[in-house]
Amino acid sequence: MIGDIQVDAQGRHQHFLTTEGLAAETIVEILDTAESFISIGEREIKKIPLLRGKTIVNLFFEASTRTRTTFEIAGKRLSADVININTSVSATQKGESLLDTVRNLQAMHTDLFVVRHPLSGAADLIARSVASHVHVVNAGDGRHAHPTQGLLDMFTIRRYKGAFSTLKVAIVGDVLHSRVARSQIHALTTLGAREVRVIGPRSLMPMAVESLGAVPYTDMRRGLDGVDVIIMLRLQFERMNGALVPSAREYFSLYGLTADRLAFADPQAIVMHPGPMNRGLEIASEVADGPQSVILPQVTYGIAVRMAILARLAGASGTENRSA
Amino acid sequence: MIDVEQALARMALGIAALKDRQPVMVGIHTGGVWVAERLHRRLGLADPLGTLDISFYRDDFSRVGINPQVKTSYLPIALDGRHIVLVDDVLHTGRTIRAALNEIFDFARPAAISLAALIVRDGRELPIQPDIVGAMISLRPGEHIKLTGPNPLGIKIMEKEE
Repeated sequence: MIGDIQVDAQGRHQHFLTTEGLAAETIVEILDTAESFISIGEREIKKIPLLRGKTIVNLFFEASTRTRTTFEIAGKRLSADVININTSVSATQKGESLLDTVRNLQAMHTDLFVVRHPLSGAADLIARSVASHVHVVNAGDGRHAHPTQGLLDMFTIRRYKGAFSTLKVAIVGDVLHSRVARSQIHALTTLGAREVRVIGPRSLMPMAVESLGAVPYTDMRRGLDGVDVIIMLRLQFERMNGALVPSAREYFSLYGLTADRLAFADPQAIVMHPGPMNRGLEIASEVADGPQSVILPQVTYGIAVRMAILARLAGASGTENRSA
Repeated sequence: MIDVEQALARMALGIAALKDRQPVMVGIHTGGVWVAERLHRRLGLADPLGTLDISFYRDDFSRVGINPQVKTSYLPIALDGRHIVLVDDVLHTGRTIRAALNEIFDFARPAAISLAALIVRDGRELPIQPDIVGAMISLRPGEHIKLTGPNPLGIKIMEKEE
């Protein structure tokens, strides 16, 4: 199973590949650690020496600005050396296989890989091939998972809303193609959210969404009724094979989050979006820039949450059991 | 056995002697903050008490990993050019103080730092010595001393570290 190598026999976190199967206490520990890292960003010297001397490689086979940048800043705030490798300039274009690329980077004494790849399971494959003292973080693999985004969303919800047990959360839009939605649903159900809803057209709804613990809705008015948190998803045209959505205009008229639709939710509801946003397609600018939007705080919190995950992995491997 | 109140009184005298330099007090989590709170109140210092959690500066991080119960360091006033009295409960190896000094210098460049410890025991591993001492104690190898609290403050000697 993907992700079953995340934790070793001693219960230490070796890799961070999925939120699936993570214990609630583990998630809460990561969120608590992230909380203590928030203040680092407000200091004069925004650095602490935890990962001094460690090398982190951001290995991105898919475009990303937010995730790559926040991972880079997170690594640097922990005093690690961070190297970015993007697919457009990588050796894979010369025919080198994924694992060969990783082996070469490991031969340069990389301690931690942050991997984004268009294929589901890529980070898992890498995690199985690296030496025991090397750690892998999944920064998005195909449609499968984007666990650090899932946790930074939990962090954001906890900061604004407190306890999960009273919360109704709606995830809206292209759930079918969204690795973010999958990671969010796992984390929300593990943390005991009162209700997790997914809202979208049937054509963008995964078959077994109920088995993940979410309640499907195809109507925005009913789906948003009284919710405390609205998470909008990006329409992922690049992952769609065939016409799943009639037209951008029709999609917005049915599922776009406008101020009128936001009014169906609880008056104190927060609006989230993992980015990048398509304004006027899944979300109206008046909502994205409005007082209930926490989209930019999500980005800021992403740094602290990624710091917490990097520190958790790097601290788990004792130097004395380093064999390779 | 150590009398905590007597030790606190001795520390208060030592810190009061620094009065002309208008010292700023900073306690190290968790026991050092308890001690610092008592001294801060007793001496009526004008500046608010600062607190440090040195978890992110420990030298054994790669061995023990991250402590999820880290508290936030809180230094409410500018420390540049000020005289800091750094307060801890037990001075043992000196490694905590090393970490605290590193963290303070990531916030500011103080004029001076004095180290005040409630209990000073043997077993130093670094060239760090206290300026202000509440009480001294020698322990057998393997014995550990711990401050319990915060209300009331007490001393516990154990055969093994908890």
